[in-house]
Amino acid sequence: MRTPIRKDSLTRLSAGDLLYISGRIVTARDEAHRRILEVLSRGERLPFNLAGGVLYHCGPLVRKNNTGWTVVSAGPTTSERMTGLTPELLERTSLSGIIGKGGMRGLGDLFRKKGCIYLAYPGGCAALAAERITRVAGVHWLDLGMAEAVWEFEVDRFGPLIVGIDSQGRDLYEKVLKRSRERYSPPR
Amino acid sequence: MITRESFVDEIVSLIEESEVSLPDDVERALEAAFERESDPIARSQLGAILENIEIAREKRIPLCQDTGILIFDVVVGTHARISFDIRDAIADAVAVATETVPLRPSVVHPLTRKNTGNNTGKGLPDVLFNLVRGSSLEVSLYPKGAGSENMSRLVMLKPIESDEIRKFVLETIISAGGMPCPPVIVGVGIGGSSDLATRLAKRAALRPLGPMSEFEQELCDAVNALGIGPMGLGGDTTALGVHVEMAHSHTASLPVAVNIQCWASRRAHKKFF
Repeated sequence: MRTPIRKDSLTRLSAGDLLYISGRIVTARDEAHRRILEVLSRGERLPFNLAGGVLYHCGPLVRKNNTGWTVVSAGPTTSERMTGLTPELLERTSLSGIIGKGGMRGLGDLFRKKGCIYLAYPGGCAALAAERITRVAGVHWLDLGMAEAVWEFEVDRFGPLIVGIDSQGRDLYEKVLKRSRERYSPPR
Repeated sequence: MITRESFVDEIVSLIEESEVSLPDDVERALEAAFERESDPIARSQLGAILENIEIAREKRIPLCQDTGILIFDVVVGTHARISFDIRDAIADAVAVATETVPLRPSVVHPLTRKNTGNNTGKGLPDVLFNLVRGSSLEVSLYPKGAGSENMSRLVMLKPIESDEIRKFVLETIISAGGMPCPPVIVGVGIGGSSDLATRLAKRAALRPLGPMSEFEQELCDAVNALGIGPMGLGGDTTALGVHVEMAHSHTASLPVAVNIQCWASRRAHKKFF
């Protein structure tokens, strides 16, 4: 798929599907989430565009060069930490998707209501991710530090991405964990 | 005798080696997991992991952007002649490596969250000394990422509750789900006191993969039977291994700790003399 992504094109994707994304993705983790919501609650505009966009839960390792920035290593961070701020984020922006790792518990309904998807990028595969990031298109809020700043990446066939939560709210992680709990029988 | 300058250089090289490549035992275990995996989604995850390892090694770049906090085990002989402060030299090497490898600056003040910028700070890098007879100097290094570390758990069981250990381990793995980047290596520390149990668990998680004891194998099979799979998306391999380390404990205590190591189980070792 190519960004920006129209939400109505997401309905054909189901939890468990595999896809690749090309275009632009924007990183944000804990501190950036907090600041995005602060800026928006003051009624101000963000210095980057999230409309139809794809957010990437990532704190990259980047290196400054003569002309700008090079991405060295940029895999996903644990999405669960952003679970608390995500409902407000999806309410206040028109994001189409979130890329991360490990899933976001209890947000199936939210993704269904907002018509968004959650995409799993394999955790730790940061060298592979960096290969698919063709350019750093921008960086914002560097005062938060390299990992917490917002990075705009141009990507080419970024993936493999597995649909973790689809726009109907079906959650692959929840399905797997439910099965795990059923298989697990504590000794009595 | 080794000079401080060449020691720092060697540690910088050791840090780079640990960040850009995986030990053979771990890579073999991941390849074996890929070979036997039956779930197509899990195969896509393991395939990406193996491709990632290859790219990182070829390009000499950190295989995970979370280059971790750095844990050092230093073995020093009682007769070793060392003319400088080892802890201080290691901290210098970490700061240099942050620039040269490079490493992601990941060390912050715990409350203000202000980043120190060079991966050092109060108590970090974590340097542990083991004093032995002789004149040796050996350094082992373990970069530890936060995704797996955040899933650590400790319980103080009642002394007669040893049956609860298995339950505690399995419940920890279920509650962690895909968050610690499975397939993981599970470290279990049993006995000692609360802090000793957590240290044992971490040592166990960092131990190289190899033959497991009957108890460890039984736990490992139980973990894999859960079907959490690579990245929590389902599959045959959730743990590459379960390692248990024990210590004696107080007659009134049964501390049990679990520490999880992600698939990127990075380590390096150097014997100086």
